[in-house]
Parts: sequence; structure tokens; C-alpha cells
Amino acid sequence: MHIPDGYLSPSTCLALGAVMIPIWYRASAKLKKDLDVKQVPLLSMGAVFCFLIMMFNVPIPNGTTAHAIGATLVAIIFGPWAAVIAMSVALAIQALVFADGGILAFGANAFNMAFIAPFVGYYVYKSISKNAVPGSTRQLAAGAIAGYIAINCAAFVASIEFGIQPLFFTAADGTPLYCPYGLDVAIPAMMVAHLTVAGFIEGIVTAAALKFMAVQPVTMLQSQINKKEGVV
Amino acid sequence: MMKRYWLAIAALIIVSPLGLLADGTAWGEWGGDDLSETLGYIPQGMKNVQDVWAGIFPDYSIGFLGESSLGQSIGYIIAAIIGSAMVYGLSLLLMKIIAAKKNSTLSCSNK
Repeated sequence: MHIPDGYLSPSTCLALGAVMIPIWYRASAKLKKDLDVKQVPLLSMGAVFCFLIMMFNVPIPNGTTAHAIGATLVAIIFGPWAAVIAMSVALAIQALVFADGGILAFGANAFNMAFIAPFVGYYVYKSISKNAVPGSTRQLAAGAIAGYIAINCAAFVASIEFGIQPLFFTAADGTPLYCPYGLDVAIPAMMVAHLTVAGFIEGIVTAAALKFMAVQPVTMLQSQINKKEGVV
Repeated sequence: MMKRYWLAIAALIIVSPLGLLADGTAWGEWGGDDLSETLGYIPQGMKNVQDVWAGIFPDYSIGFLGESSLGQSIGYIIAAIIGSAMVYGLSLLLMKIIAAKKNSTLSCSNK
């Protein structure tokens, strides 16, 4: 889902970059207000988790590959605005160091994976989980469903960005200037990859990580209880 | 608690070469050469920006380790370590800047 440079017109890149500026501004203002300094290392680990999980390419039946993105997990744990920052950091390093996702297309990739994905994931999770106990079946199911829907929404938005290119941007001889595939090709291709495979991976990864993270507080609580009882 | 999470991160890094098993490229992420093979041409606008930025370790590969699957796997792990360190560092730095703004506004309101 990392759109490389050259697939989107400069105007598309500019427009999505312009949309991201107030989102980044709001995210940093939110973090400034709400973030507990003690959470910073854990949130940064969340960014690392997203970076790493995106390295696990999985094969898609149509011969392409896709991967999970981890955005929903970070949004569930730290809130969607923190996830905007964490995902943007991961995407920035991917683009700058590993040429995964374009430099010019950074705004577009951030819009899809650092804005659409965490926000959709967060609100789907909230609406399903209500106040489910961490580690409960309900919570894990909510995380899995949220992850599945969120990555598919991000993929859908990306496919629109790809697909509108040949509609609007063609050379004088009619050949496409940027992404050569229209909506009729881009939407099915992106959605097949994410509805059939990547969505499930994102769902499983989200639920597994929630389970992994839920174990620890419970055991901590248990040991505290034991200590107290020992004292008494 | 953090130690447990760091171990999970380390485990992800170690098994990261699993991500190399999938053949092919993600849809819409083909390079110019791949695209000209399927299309017969490279779109003009794409050609113009092709060389804007090539990255430092493109495709998470460390050049000198070669194309063997072992070399690629080791390269992928090194890329995962370098990338993780950079993401962690950049994230801490950004948060620090954001938190510093917090302190300055606090001290202003205290005056």
C-alpha cells in the first residue's frame, strides 16, 4: 500500500499533503495535551512494531503481495491521534531510508495508513468492544474486526488515488502520465489483496498483540495482590 | 513489562526474513522496469520523478551482502534493526519536541 513516486500526479500528492498538515498539527496538539511522558517509550515501540509488521509481505493469489500495517493496534492502545504520529514516523523512515513509499507521495501514504487506518480502526473497535475486559474474547474480536475493516478502508482509499490518475492526467497522445490503471483495475486489485489476505493478517495481528499485552497487567495485578496478602 | 515487549520486537526482527518468501511486488509498487515490461512503456510523468529519491537501503536490502537468499535474509534482518532503531529514535525525538512545547506553555501560564 506504499505508493511509490510517479504513480500519483504532483497535484494529487500536494493535495493529500495539504490535507495531512492540519491532521499532523492536531495530532501533535493532542499529544502535547494528553500524552503522559511515561508512555513515550511504549508509544515509540508501537511505531517500531508498525514498521516491522509492514516488512512481513504475504503472497496474494493474483501474484502480488501485501502486508499488515499495525495501525489499528496502536490506535486502540494509545488513541487515534497518537497512532497518526506513530504511523507517520514509521512511514517516514520507510520512505527515506528504504525507498518504500515515495517521498513526494508521503502525504498520500500518510493519509491512507496514518490517518484513515487508525481512525477507522479506533472507532470500529470502540463501537464493538464497548468496555470489554482486556484480553476478553469480545475485546480480541473487536480488535480483529477493527483491524480487518481499517486496512481495507485504507486500501480502498489508496485504490481511488491510484485509479483516478488516468482519468485526469494523460499526455497529449492519450497515454497516462502516472498510474496507468483506472478505477476499474485499481479497486479490484487492491481490494482482492486486502479483503482476502492482508485484512485477515491485520485482524489476527491486532488480536494477538492485544492478547499478548493483556496478559501482563493481569499477572502484575496478581502479584500485587499476592504481595498484599503476604503482608497481611 | 517493557522487557517483554522488547523481546517481542526482537523476535519480529529475527523472523523478519519470512517477509521475503512472498514472490512478487505489491500492486501499484512496481519499478519502472517492471512496469515497462507489462505496459510496453513507462508513463512520462513517472519517468520524470523516477530518480527523485532512491533511498539508502532500497527494498530493505543491504547491497554488499549479495543476492543469495542467505545474504538477502541477513540483509533484511540488518535493515529491520536499522529501521527499528531509526523509527524509535525519530519517535522519541518528535515526542520530546512535542513534550518540550508542553513545558514551555506550562511555564508561560505559571508566570
